[in-house]
Amino acid sequence: MGTYITFPELFILLPLLGGIIAFFVSSGPAAKRMALFVSVLVWAIFVVALFYTDRTKYIAYNNVNYLWLKYLGSNYYVGLDAMGRMLVGLTATAFPLIFIATAKNNVSHPKSFYGLMLLSQAGLMGVFCAFDALTFYFFWELALIPVYFLCSKWGGEKRIQATFKFFVYTFVGSLLMLIGIIYVYLHTEPRTIEGGITAVHSFTVGSFYNVALTAMEQKWLFVLFFVAFAIKMPIFPFHTWQPDAYDQSPTPVTMIMSGIMVKMGLFGVVRWLIPVLPLATKQFASIAIILSIIGIVYASCLAMVQDNIKRLVAYSSIAHIGLMCASIFALNPTSVQGAMIQMFTHGINIIGLWIVVELIERQTGIKNISALGGLAQKAPTLTILLVIVAFANIALPLTNAFPGEFMMLSGLYEVKTWYAIAAGLGVILSAVYTLNMIQKVFYGHTNDLTQTVKDIAWNEKLALIIIVAFVFVLGIYPQLMIELTKESVAYLLTTMR
Amino acid sequence: MDIQAYIALSLTLFTIGVVGVLTRRNAIIIFMCVELMLNAVNLLLVAFSKMHALSPTAKALPTYASDAQIFVFFIMVVAAAEVSVGLAIIVMMYRNIHSVDVNFLNRLKN
Amino acid sequence: MNHISQFVWLIPVLPLIGFLANGLGRNYLSKSVAGFMGSGVVLGSFVLSLLVFMQVQSGVTMNLHYFNFIQINEGITIGFDYKIDQLSALFLLIITGIGFLIHLYSTAYMHEESGKDFAKYFAYLNLFVFSMLLLVMGANYIILFIGWEGVGLCSYLLIGYWYKNNHYTDAAKKAFIMNRIGDLGFLLAVFWLIAKIGTIQYDEVFNAANLSRLSAFDISGITLLLFVGATGKSAQIPLYTWLPDAMAGPTPVSALIHAATMVTAGIYMIARSNALFSLAHHTQTIIAVVGLATALLAASIAIKQNDIKKILAYSTVSQLGFMFLALGTGNYVAAVFHVLTHAFFKALMFLGSGSVIHAMGGEQDIRKMGGLHKHMKVTSITFLIGCIAISGIPGFSGFFSKDEILAGAFSHHIALYGVALFTALLTAFYMFRLYILAFTGSFRGTQDQAHHLHESPAAMTIPLTILAILSIVGGYVGVPEALGGHHALATYLSPVVPSAEHALSHQTEYALMGLSTVLVIGAIAFAWFRFKGNQAEGPATGFGKILENKWYVDELYEKIIVQPLKKTASFLQSILENKVIDGFVNGVGKAVNYGSRQLRWLQSGQVGAYILLMVIGMLVLFIIQLFL
Repeated sequence: MGTYITFPELFILLPLLGGIIAFFVSSGPAAKRMALFVSVLVWAIFVVALFYTDRTKYIAYNNVNYLWLKYLGSNYYVGLDAMGRMLVGLTATAFPLIFIATAKNNVSHPKSFYGLMLLSQAGLMGVFCAFDALTFYFFWELALIPVYFLCSKWGGEKRIQATFKFFVYTFVGSLLMLIGIIYVYLHTEPRTIEGGITAVHSFTVGSFYNVALTAMEQKWLFVLFFVAFAIKMPIFPFHTWQPDAYDQSPTPVTMIMSGIMVKMGLFGVVRWLIPVLPLATKQFASIAIILSIIGIVYASCLAMVQDNIKRLVAYSSIAHIGLMCASIFALNPTSVQGAMIQMFTHGINIIGLWIVVELIERQTGIKNISALGGLAQKAPTLTILLVIVAFANIALPLTNAFPGEFMMLSGLYEVKTWYAIAAGLGVILSAVYTLNMIQKVFYGHTNDLTQTVKDIAWNEKLALIIIVAFVFVLGIYPQLMIELTKESVAYLLTTMR
Repeated sequence: MDIQAYIALSLTLFTIGVVGVLTRRNAIIIFMCVELMLNAVNLLLVAFSKMHALSPTAKALPTYASDAQIFVFFIMVVAAAEVSVGLAIIVMMYRNIHSVDVNFLNRLKN
Repeated sequence: MNHISQFVWLIPVLPLIGFLANGLGRNYLSKSVAGFMGSGVVLGSFVLSLLVFMQVQSGVTMNLHYFNFIQINEGITIGFDYKIDQLSALFLLIITGIGFLIHLYSTAYMHEESGKDFAKYFAYLNLFVFSMLLLVMGANYIILFIGWEGVGLCSYLLIGYWYKNNHYTDAAKKAFIMNRIGDLGFLLAVFWLIAKIGTIQYDEVFNAANLSRLSAFDISGITLLLFVGATGKSAQIPLYTWLPDAMAGPTPVSALIHAATMVTAGIYMIARSNALFSLAHHTQTIIAVVGLATALLAASIAIKQNDIKKILAYSTVSQLGFMFLALGTGNYVAAVFHVLTHAFFKALMFLGSGSVIHAMGGEQDIRKMGGLHKHMKVTSITFLIGCIAISGIPGFSGFFSKDEILAGAFSHHIALYGVALFTALLTAFYMFRLYILAFTGSFRGTQDQAHHLHESPAAMTIPLTILAILSIVGGYVGVPEALGGHHALATYLSPVVPSAEHALSHQTEYALMGLSTVLVIGAIAFAWFRFKGNQAEGPATGFGKILENKWYVDELYEKIIVQPLKKTASFLQSILENKVIDGFVNGVGKAVNYGSRQLRWLQSGQVGAYILLMVIGMLVLFIIQLFL
């Protein structure tokens, strides 16, 4: 047990406590201010943590390992490795952005709203820090449940239906994963823990990685885990909850879901699926890739015919996630590295898109592309910032998405030529629907609905400018992210050998 | 007397009780049948108790012969309490719906 | 380390600074400041490029490494590197030189825009120059690709500059998407290279050791895919239809992007990769045939167009086809040479047409012009020089480059030569048709326009004059040996681009030159007699109608690609997504719901039934206990 508090604990505990306190503060604006304060504080701590990455020196700051359910062999074991650090960074960066961008929105019951938002941040942080399967599962659900309440209380007209579908769908996945976790757990080696107690089995990541499972067992377990993660990401054909949920959730929550929560699935694959079940991964990798690639083309096609701007972004997100998932299963250094950095950039960029979408919906009250038009005249700053983010979304060079996409496609090409060709079609289609959206919404003449639109307010501008800064800095010097994550890439690939 | 005879008698009584509970709709008769089942069990307990008293083990364990009979007292006490509560319920039921037919008691369904 | 290499990074960065300053300050800058800054930074780049060019001319090339763009453990390393050699230095001069002239021209041409849009325009233009410079300066395919997509973006932004008009933004979208299709081909070629030899640095790809690791199939595939990329950017069959539509942008943009620089990126890329392409004979044949087919197709369409910019656009497509013909016949120097001369005379003609449009108050239909020579002498004369140059009259720049291409085609295959010569005649014909209809005869526009006709201001005529002079003298850098020259350009480029070996005797060359000159003059004379009276052509019929409608290629694409794609997408949306997948998901939910409703009948509320079930359950338990 540590004598001082560590970074992962801070990342989890600060939002957790902040969230609980937010329920009881005196007023709504106070809750809003507190949420912003806590998220910025977490972000600041994350920045500090970036300098404590030396494994040999700082392991004590980055890992904590308490016994909590000792007879079960489960530890409260959280820590930061390279990939975890990056996704924690995404979570820590995304929440202040979300709070800044929605600072002027008035939600009903702000105390519970911001409380739940912070709780979901705590859950997400926990997921990315957990090194113990039970802890991981615990946080996995902790991240889900606040989001369920947020959607079902503050969502759109059909929120109950959409949320119910979303919740049941992901929950089924979670339970499948729980079965898988328990099965693996029951096959782990006994080990001695502190105080002379011997646990029969163990949930820690180390014992999961060393578990001896036959090829047949691995196959079944792979299906269990993969379905759980595939639903979360989501990849074809497990994706139908997503457009509904994105459409009906309040936008801040959509940002969390599309920016961060979908990364939980990818993260799960990298940390809990591939190293635990290497044999089955080898066997099923091509199926996973094919499903993902079908998803890319399919979702891109659907994005082209969407009239609802939120659904369009949702399908675009499915396509992007599909590419990342395919590249992870391509299992070569180039593609995995690409997927790693894309997890971060996609999260940042899509939050930028949602900020714009939210603004349009709030001002005009509609989300139909065909009914909009001419916003560029009314809101030039917004248009410029959106065009930058949109072009980042279609991976134009010198924006942050390009290096990742380039690496992913290059890695996929090394596996099979037609993977890269099919995934590349998605790249073309993404240009089609994104440019279509820009044209229909921003260009052309104004109409009655868009006549009264005002340009972007300072808070949204600030959030978008931060995002644009990320777009360019990481686009021109992607090596920053590659350095941050290459350790995890190398580790993942050694587990496959 | 042979223990078989007691077992047969109490089984018969118990079965009559079960069948009564299953087939009758009058709450009071069902109630009486429940009592019948309880008493069948009581009878069996007493019979076994008597049988064990004659066995050699009873010499070594002083309470060996009387345990079952104490059970019977317990059952009788509980049964008496049950009768009072049960009859009270039946009386209330009769006051409310002017019937003691259990088939009217299906309000839980919806 | 020579001192100039320390300033090379400034060449692209200066336009970038101009872009940032104009872009961020667009609400505050006055028009004169914006225009001055926009042009000034390009002039700065031009001066630096000139210094670099002189350095390179003395035989010093530079490889500059700045930082690692992408470096993957156990994977590829891609540096942010510049390579300044003879080829890129030449392109630097073309881009910044012509770029500066066009910036200068734009300060006058765009003067009616509001201050904000004016600054925006210059910001985009600067960004374009930046991207184009990156494209030619990159030392590997990725830096090239950054510029490659960057110019595509700027092309998109500038075509859709007047964003309120949906037709214009449609054209912008089309340009970007068609470019992206080509870009996918390019990327696949890059992936192929990475997979096979693990590097995309030019110096490493083109060295003999690495080339020998590629099988013949690899080389054919890579070059073919690179060529697909080039067809997108350089508007060749089948991806050429965006370029005529791209004329929706402001005219100086058409001159800079869609004539002089961006569209030649494909030629630059192939010339740069000549080591690969020289090994791929099948690809070369395909390139030659596609180039020639494009040249012929576009020239045939240009004959029947009436929009002054559309004619020039199809002419550009056609001339690009010529350049690809040169590339396909292994005549890389000729292709680069033609890029150079074409940049002069086509930029000249576009700017000239801009001057005309400016004077006509936005009218672009040549049927409504006529007799403009009287009103705009400078424009008319410079435009005529452009027409003569493109037609290939001896003594003007186009003659030398075009002749070299024709000679190369002749030494390759007589059929190639025949078609190319025919296309050259068409070129002369439609160019003089344009000139005669627009500048000679009597004016056919409205009274209002006639009143308004005037010569353009100096900021527009000076670039025209400079370009006209260059269109005349530009060819003398490549005078062939047959005419007593020693082809300075070929000598200059020889370290990077090998010259084609001419097997032709001087006599043959004289004959070819004579033949083409005579025929071209004939074609011009035919155009003169056909159109001198300015009699308007009646509605086109038969074959003419097909040409007027551009061989219905757009309609064909709409039918076989766009519509099926849309239909498939709607089908996927309405059937697969909503009915099958979501139907299945919701079906599971409904099945559970239905099942529980059926099971509910067990909960009848009948006490007797419950007890019966309980007894049965107990009996079952007893039986299990006793017998199992």
